[in-house]
Amino acid sequence: MIEKTAAELSASLAAREVSSEELTRAYLDRISSLNEQLNAYITVCAESALEQARSADEKRAAGDSSPLLGVPIAHKDIFCTNGVTTTCGSRMLHNFVAPYDATVVENFNKAGAVLLGKTNMDEFAMGSSNETSYFGPVRNPWDTKRVPGGSSGGSAAAVAADLCAMATGTDTGGSIRQPAAFSGITGFKPSYGRVSRWGMIAFASSLDQAGPICKSAEDAALMMNVMAGHDPKDSTCANIPADDYTAGLENSLSGLRIGIPKQHFAEGLSADVEQSIRDALSEFEKLGATIKEIELPNNHLSVSAYYVVAPAEASANLSRYDGVRYGYRCEDPVDLEDMYKRTRSEGFGDEVKRRIMVGTYALSAGFYDAYYRKAQKVRRLIKNDFDLAFKDVDVVIGPTSPHTAFELGAKSDPVAMYLEDIYTIAVNLAGLPGISIPVAPVAGLPVGMHIVGDVFAESKLLNVAHQFQKHTDWHKLKPVITGGEAS
Amino acid sequence: MAFDKSEVEKVAQLARLHMSEAETAEVASRITDILALIDQMQSIDTDGVEPLAHPLDVTQPLREDKVTEIDRRDELQTLAPATEDGLYLVPKVIE
Repeated sequence: MIEKTAAELSASLAAREVSSEELTRAYLDRISSLNEQLNAYITVCAESALEQARSADEKRAAGDSSPLLGVPIAHKDIFCTNGVTTTCGSRMLHNFVAPYDATVVENFNKAGAVLLGKTNMDEFAMGSSNETSYFGPVRNPWDTKRVPGGSSGGSAAAVAADLCAMATGTDTGGSIRQPAAFSGITGFKPSYGRVSRWGMIAFASSLDQAGPICKSAEDAALMMNVMAGHDPKDSTCANIPADDYTAGLENSLSGLRIGIPKQHFAEGLSADVEQSIRDALSEFEKLGATIKEIELPNNHLSVSAYYVVAPAEASANLSRYDGVRYGYRCEDPVDLEDMYKRTRSEGFGDEVKRRIMVGTYALSAGFYDAYYRKAQKVRRLIKNDFDLAFKDVDVVIGPTSPHTAFELGAKSDPVAMYLEDIYTIAVNLAGLPGISIPVAPVAGLPVGMHIVGDVFAESKLLNVAHQFQKHTDWHKLKPVITGGEAS
Repeated sequence: MAFDKSEVEKVAQLARLHMSEAETAEVASRITDILALIDQMQSIDTDGVEPLAHPLDVTQPLREDKVTEIDRRDELQTLAPATEDGLYLVPKVIE
């Protein structure tokens, strides 16, 4: 039962084939047997999950038929959860128990989803491998010597290994889509502003967005129906009505115009991954789509611009961690400045400190025009490329990542790690929606196909992904998790 | 450009980060590499391009000037490393 999609579980719960309590126990058992090996969860909420499950069963008995009622979920540990520790993968917040729920969490609570726990992540969502977490790396269920991707690596591994039915993630430069690709599951980053960020710990405010990490595009649509919408508590949240994201899933793809960016099939892309993507594209042709090569001429500058914008905004956002109001404080500070400095140096890990340094430098007197302003101009050019492309095509398709999951420790050089997100970053800079879905694996490791849509074209993207999944079985492949911890 | 140890010290001070001698050298070399990556964007002419600060072309909404938050001081202060009589405690600032 636990291997089912959220949509299938929803039907089983509605048909009374299983109760939420039984389902929740099954996931908790699976977590007990596998989490030590995978390290996907930082916190497991066994008792409260069972309470929520029993309450969901009572609501169902009383006639509530909300689609996700009683379906077990895991939240990335970046979303504040009232009464449950929220660490953001950092020593800085290792003891932080949020006094309120994030809007995303509140929405899932209202929908009756059962919270199994909080998932591991790169520290403050800064990383592409889940190796920067203060709580240790997450391992890829397909091969435990390998990373699951990041920063939402815990959510991705938990979904892939059936340690939950569905999970939430956040994506600043690829942090939902790249782990989804590496872990063989579906990961959806909505348009900037589509989902409320209230109670979601900030990394880079002009880029961050929350989204579903799940087992199918249909599940992503069910989750989006809960997550999307205006929130007066988040002033950057778009005041545009959300769709019913399940309504258009069955639309035909006949006449769909697909753009293939030349720059996403260039040097650096593994030949095997390219073949998987090209095979998947021919599947779309069978469904009536037409394919056209397009240009995203400034894509190669996206990583450069991103590593100014994201660290600059992070350096401002992370200035709040000062050891005064919450979180970690160093021992025996001699004075206030010593307290600030040692609290921050001991509380943050190396990658977070590097990005704070880069961001502080880029924003410091005399450098603003050369870095931040220049990056914002490049960002405009990157968005213009997409605007032009969407005049001729409905969606843009390419690989999510240049290769399959790499081994732990393989990318110790930060710049090599940053280049991991070469296909995903431009989408964040332009504020567009993007989804990664599994296609044919390479040497037993998952490959993700990246589908990008125009701003607020979430329904279209989910329709395209769902139709592909209806006609293929790649998203149904499951890892065989071999025992023993690899080193 | 090379980001040297004195730059690291200056920026670390601005960011209120403590850096040991050993860390300073490591960070200088890492940041030099990162700045080389960033400097690739200098290769393109952006004269006359309007900077994009935010992906959505919207203005900041205003809300009614009304009190919506309730006083949760005691609850919030339980999260703090040190408090006394409703105040946050920090090391002595004025001798």
